[in-house]
Amino acid sequence: MAPNAVGERRRLLRADFPAFLTALRERGYRVVGPTLRDGAIVLGEIRDETDLPIGWTERQDAGTYRLVRRDDAAVFGYTVGPHSWKKYLFPPRERLWSAVADGTSFRLEPDAAEPVADAFLGMRACDLAAVRISDRVFDRTAPDPGYHGRRRRTLRIAVQCGGAAPTCFCTSMGTGPGVGSDHDLALTEIVDPGPHRFLVEVGSEAGAAVLDRVPTEPAGAADVAAAEAAVARAAAEVGRHLDPAGVRELLLDHPDHPRWADVARRCLSCTNCTMACPTCFCSTTEEVPSLAGDRTEKWRRWDSCFNLEFSQVHGRPVRQSGLSRYRQWLTHKLASWHDQFGSSGCVGCGRCITWCPVGIDLTEEVRAIRADPTAVAPPEAAP
Amino acid sequence: MPDPVRPSLAVWKFASCDGCQLTLLDCEDELLPIADRVEIATFHEATSRAVDGPYDVSLVEGSISTPDDAVRIREIRARSRLLVTIGACATAGGIQALRNFADVEEFRRVVYARPEYVRTLATSTPISAHVPVDFELRGCPIDKGQLLEILGAVLAHRAPNLPTDSVCIDCKRRGRVCVTVAHGTPCLGPVTHTGCGAICPGFHRGCYGCFGPAEGANPAGLLPKLETLGMAPPAVERLFQTFTAAAPAFRAAGEAARARGGRP
Repeated sequence: MAPNAVGERRRLLRADFPAFLTALRERGYRVVGPTLRDGAIVLGEIRDETDLPIGWTERQDAGTYRLVRRDDAAVFGYTVGPHSWKKYLFPPRERLWSAVADGTSFRLEPDAAEPVADAFLGMRACDLAAVRISDRVFDRTAPDPGYHGRRRRTLRIAVQCGGAAPTCFCTSMGTGPGVGSDHDLALTEIVDPGPHRFLVEVGSEAGAAVLDRVPTEPAGAADVAAAEAAVARAAAEVGRHLDPAGVRELLLDHPDHPRWADVARRCLSCTNCTMACPTCFCSTTEEVPSLAGDRTEKWRRWDSCFNLEFSQVHGRPVRQSGLSRYRQWLTHKLASWHDQFGSSGCVGCGRCITWCPVGIDLTEEVRAIRADPTAVAPPEAAP
Repeated sequence: MPDPVRPSLAVWKFASCDGCQLTLLDCEDELLPIADRVEIATFHEATSRAVDGPYDVSLVEGSISTPDDAVRIREIRARSRLLVTIGACATAGGIQALRNFADVEEFRRVVYARPEYVRTLATSTPISAHVPVDFELRGCPIDKGQLLEILGAVLAHRAPNLPTDSVCIDCKRRGRVCVTVAHGTPCLGPVTHTGCGAICPGFHRGCYGCFGPAEGANPAGLLPKLETLGMAPPAVERLFQTFTAAAPAFRAAGEAARARGGRP
């Protein structure tokens, strides 16, 4: 087989897909990707293709998600689930360092864990966009060694969407459904017409090195056309829209809009939107000393701007009301993120809509403010 | 006198089932190191030995439900440097606080053969309604890890790590699939105080709120969702009125459910 080159398009038959997984492992990667667990498509280790949700899809909308059987055997025939790739790059709990008592001082212990190189199999266009954003977030003051160490070792295997969920709005945020250029390999699944196959686009040398070990053929015009048709179908199916024009000013200029009080009555402050969001990055650290007091560890864990304690300053939280916490989240995500990181913090994946237990939909909240930006709350009825 | 190297620990019981103080005995592997480093001054479930105070740490289980309780807790507070309440009874009044919404005289007449023998208060109230409390451990029962955390903090003279946010954040950090969104199971996790390790959703059932309301939560916001999932308002009212029925946020949610068509 001739070596593959960056930019090349190849055809991978479905029958040879197991060889692709084998090639990833032979190149030393731990393969992680979509898998069925507890009634959802989550991200987990993929040991062989039976770990993938072949023939499954999901039905999701605001506050609800159900697995559904497909009428074909598509390997990637679903959209995004409750997990995002941040759980690997920015783990929910991470030990930053550990130390042991040494006389009257202490000694830092080196981290003995072997670094793992992950192959992220099945990243969607919105997922790639989220990682682009996170790369900047974790590089803001100084490169976060844990994040960027894992990020450098990661192989990104994108899958272009052939369908969209009612909660998807990547087309509004300019992040999908087609993938751009920052993948190592990009797959588009073609179930029919013709043999079940994948169009594979080579995005990097690391991606090419994997594909060199897999039987493929040069892609034909029919493969490229079928892939383009799949992405066009996904774009047409996108179920939600958020007009990004002027949204920064719209939100920042109307902090007293009555819609904030309206959403605060529905919002539970439960943190699910921030946990499911692929770009939310807030964390806290805690000391975990041994009971005997001879050893201590410093751990970082996911935190959320919806927690009262998160804004604790000098003994009292700054954002005491649910209104101020929801407004903080949405204005940061869609508005002040631009000032801080040079882009929106939203990639249009819709996870915050689906996994909100009460189905709060940020596209709806923005639309309500945009419909009447200068609205004022009706005066309280006299007692 | 308190030993500066081995702080003294006392365990006290008020209106409760003893389950929370038994969590100390459940510590198993960690129990011996603790016993080495603290002097157990009073702990009736473990030893008949009782040492007079003062005590460095008092763990207080149970709610205040009799006139005698209300006096005794003041004495214990006066003899304790740190007072830590443990469990739903001590922190919220417990399931026995259901009496707060009813006629205690009627209960006394109906339940007891000789009601004149029973001296009780009209309400069951948390310890914090009577004396200042330094730390609270929620739950029915409390979590062993949180108990060890507070004892470790006392021994190291540091502040304990006791998060006040929701159960959801624990489920999400553990990568669990939401039982409400993905299965349609009613769950109080979004408004319930963390600390248990999200045990119930981990076994595919809904949280029933035994740790009481999370700080800053909006329990009333969950009512329409619980009804959408098929719970009638009376069932929603009961869901909020269990182990921490008298915690203000859950009490308000229960009353809101009643206003939406709860029990007459």
